[in-house]
Amino acid sequence: MNKSVLLPAAVLLAVYGLWDGAVLLSHSDIFPRPYQVFLGIAELMQRGLLLKYVVASLFRVSIGFTLAVLIGVPVGLLLGWFRPAFLAFNPLIQILRPISPIAWIPIAILWFHVDDRAPIFLIFLSSVFPITVTSIAAVQNIQPVYVRAAENFGLTRLELFRRVIFPACLPQIITSLRISLGIAWLVVVAAEMIAVNSGLGYLIIDARNAGKRYDLVVAGMLMIGLIGLILDLLIRRLERFEEVKWGYSDRN
Amino acid sequence: MNESAISARDLEISFPGKRRAGPIHVLRSINLEVRRGEFVCIVGPSGCGKTTLLNVITGFIRQSSGEVLVQGSPVTGPDPKRIFVFQDNGVFPWLTVEQNIGFGLARRSRDEQREIVHRYVQMVGLTGFEKAYPRELSGGMRQRVEIARALAANPQIIYMDEPFGALDFITRLKMRADLTRIWQEEKKTILFVTHDIEESVQLADRVVVMSQRPGTIRKQIEIDLPRPRDLDSPEYLEVRDEIFHTMGMSLKVGAA
Repeated sequence: MNKSVLLPAAVLLAVYGLWDGAVLLSHSDIFPRPYQVFLGIAELMQRGLLLKYVVASLFRVSIGFTLAVLIGVPVGLLLGWFRPAFLAFNPLIQILRPISPIAWIPIAILWFHVDDRAPIFLIFLSSVFPITVTSIAAVQNIQPVYVRAAENFGLTRLELFRRVIFPACLPQIITSLRISLGIAWLVVVAAEMIAVNSGLGYLIIDARNAGKRYDLVVAGMLMIGLIGLILDLLIRRLERFEEVKWGYSDRN
Repeated sequence: MNESAISARDLEISFPGKRRAGPIHVLRSINLEVRRGEFVCIVGPSGCGKTTLLNVITGFIRQSSGEVLVQGSPVTGPDPKRIFVFQDNGVFPWLTVEQNIGFGLARRSRDEQREIVHRYVQMVGLTGFEKAYPRELSGGMRQRVEIARALAANPQIIYMDEPFGALDFITRLKMRADLTRIWQEEKKTILFVTHDIEESVQLADRVVVMSQRPGTIRKQIEIDLPRPRDLDSPEYLEVRDEIFHTMGMSLKVGAA
């Protein structure tokens, strides 16, 4: 076995041991031992809750994130390209951007009540600003030589946009998708704790409230971590397309 | 038929400077004629305005006074009949070699595109690299892609702004030889800016020597030497030395 498997495995084993030892030494009857967490996961699977909640969370993230991409990328590219539009809208974006999606929860509930639309709205908000802002910056920082070289060939505005501006910005856009998908996954959990009655966030808060089932709380946390990792690995694959590899340093 | 490809008359460029100092004169009374099919090099010390002159001729910068006619009419903007080759790489990194070379051919049929791209891939010696991406190529190969992309669009004039400036010495020599051969095959008008005197003498039909700022044309030297040029021949060295002297430089390193 090579080091890239052996070393992380050793760390995970050590964490497992320390965790188990700490619970045993402290004689806690609330905080779960690691094996109890795995039993908790098994119990959730048996009751059919795990798959249901994972699907519910993933569904909300997919919809909210997709909406954010569909709106954020084109709006960002247009604002980056048309200077007057940028001047007009940038202050508004800069004011809305620092507001945590969590702060929107009361308004989301007011508008959408306790159904799927509330967390979807919050996920959309969490993703749309980083995507828009990065897309704007990508267009504004495009290498002038690409635009000049393209103008040589008598392209129309639309062709210039499609054949040069968009592909030149794509590596940065993909990076922003990766970052904002990570944020969306953070936000869905928070949103589900308050605005709905399903999903991994709801699982955690419900397990705590209904009987202090901390084994299920930690089981939910573990699932959130694992699925977040899988999402990141999946979206990283976008960076491996030949058309965008040039935009990332030599690590590819 | 008008034999003049480029014709600049009494061209002046000045940029507004700081309030007290008044405008900065970059170019003064430039008169330049480039015949069709001619290979003209503009040399001059750095900061003499040679790139500015090229930018005015291509229409990227407007002159303060005077007039520029390209193929008989004033320049209003970029035109695929005139392609610019850049020093810093203008090759698109998201396209393969063949997609780059075919960039200006979108309005041609598929078959035509394939045929033209194939021809220019061969001409610049990139056979076998058609599917490669620019990041997989050396600097010299990328510059070949850019030149092939310019040629493939079948322009009448090619502008080059120190296109080999970023390449190493050996690669530069090779690129000059290839550019000479391609120019002889393709019969394009080439206006080539460089600060490298040797380069200008190796390439050009005529060398336009510019002075320090405000840039004026100090001398134009016709080079009637056969190609490929013998870089050791007395005639070559004579022309080279003439340009060095025109630019007020000594050939002895360390001399004042």
